[in-house]
Amino acid sequence: MVVFGVSLASRGLYGGVEWVGTLENYRRLADPMIGVIFVRSILFASMTTIVCAVVGFPLAYAVARASHRWQLVLLTLVMIPFWTNFLVRTYAWVLILRADGLVNSLLIQVGIQSEPLSLLFTDMAVGVGLVYGYLPFMVLPLIVAIERISPQLEEAAYDLYSSTGAMFRHVVLPLSKPGFWAGGVLVFIPSLGAFITPYLLGGGKKMMIGTLIQQEFLVSRDWPFGSALSFGLMGTALVLWFGVSRTSLGRDAQ
Amino acid sequence: MNRVPRPVFFAGLMAMGFLYLPVMVLIGLSFNASTMGVAWKGFSLQWYAKLLADPAIIEATVTSLIIAFISTGLSLLLGIGTAIGLEKYQGRYTSWMTAIIVLPLVIPEILLGVALLMMFVLCQIPLGFGSIIIGHMVFNLPLTVVILRARLRKLDPAWEEAARDLGATPWNVLTRITLPMLRPAIWGAALLSFTVSLDDFVVTFFVAGPGATTLPLKVFSMIKTGITPEVNALSAILVVVSMAFVGLSWIVQQRANAHSPTRPPSQ
Repeated sequence: MVVFGVSLASRGLYGGVEWVGTLENYRRLADPMIGVIFVRSILFASMTTIVCAVVGFPLAYAVARASHRWQLVLLTLVMIPFWTNFLVRTYAWVLILRADGLVNSLLIQVGIQSEPLSLLFTDMAVGVGLVYGYLPFMVLPLIVAIERISPQLEEAAYDLYSSTGAMFRHVVLPLSKPGFWAGGVLVFIPSLGAFITPYLLGGGKKMMIGTLIQQEFLVSRDWPFGSALSFGLMGTALVLWFGVSRTSLGRDAQ
Repeated sequence: MNRVPRPVFFAGLMAMGFLYLPVMVLIGLSFNASTMGVAWKGFSLQWYAKLLADPAIIEATVTSLIIAFISTGLSLLLGIGTAIGLEKYQGRYTSWMTAIIVLPLVIPEILLGVALLMMFVLCQIPLGFGSIIIGHMVFNLPLTVVILRARLRKLDPAWEEAARDLGATPWNVLTRITLPMLRPAIWGAALLSFTVSLDDFVVTFFVAGPGATTLPLKVFSMIKTGITPEVNALSAILVVVSMAFVGLSWIVQQRANAHSPTRPPSQ
């Protein structure tokens, strides 16, 4: 039964992946228009990753250093959006962004945004949506990484008259690097291929790779080209994934 | 014990707010009596009532539930075997196998959707119920395997050895020792797979074909045709249900880790 399970699992999955490889025959990726879309996607994904890191770090630190009881509660709270409906969570932003006035002013009041978000269907909207969607992917590996840093190291820094800022700069941040890497990949890869977010929040006008692939497959029905695009996307994703799992803790991804 | 510096704490608090506020807004608006916009016109359940009266919604719900049940069940069956196999027989290819199995969790979902769609068409598998179930298994199976392996690694091998020393057959060891000790992880994995399957949009979107409509697909088509309060209500239901399931799955697993005869942490 065990062997049966193993063989089935690997075959099913492998088959699914391999078809992408063998079907990829037509490369028309050199088209400058496609280049623009790829560059835009990479830009969006990088921005998302950076913002997620900046926003996610304090949260991760607070969770990692919380007392035991609180930690479980906070961890649960971070876990939940990680697995809940992405479509609906993105849709919530449609409601927030398309309504001006009330919700905008509410956001400013709470302090999540320092300036009013202009409208739906902007780059800004897509950016916010991506960060919102993938923030937990950054926070979870960061929590794991920060938890591994002994609090004694931090105490030692303080004992040596380090300021709080210097302590973070010289102790916590360098030591959380594996967490940043793992989280970075987990955010970068899906936001690179994001499809729902640019579709709903970007109005599908400014394309990203994800929306383009969807269009090639379901609208234009240009499968070979769609496959070539997918292959390009997967190549990027795979290189990153293996690179990082070599250097650091791919296991914490979960 | 170090205190979390105040600015860091507040920044963290805000990040948490950022994670939950939009969903709260969504849930709040679903109870709004107003047909248009966000202005509060009083509490109302009319949108929920409207949903319940819509046969298309009911049908999509049933479809979603059936697909989630079957794909979760099959993933568990195969996942238990795979996880135990990978954990027990550490060989030259174990790490490669692991990488291949976990792959669907780390590549962009749209690629899974596209790859599956092409595979189904090439193998002439009709798009519909079956294709969606297979599609969901592609991410549910790795999920199950990852969760079960994490648990297996924490189990003390002494239990199985003791059983074997006392003359238990391998089948007995499996059914009386390993599986019962895995039970919390199995439940956790089942709940999580079920939720992910209920929630999945991207893969389903590609492999569904015209025949079967799941709830997220329904939500998407409703958003596309125009945002109405019913969408808010349906979305609110989906999000609350999945949050409850995920929370439950997480708690089941944490409880198990806290209270059962596992190996003491090695550090």
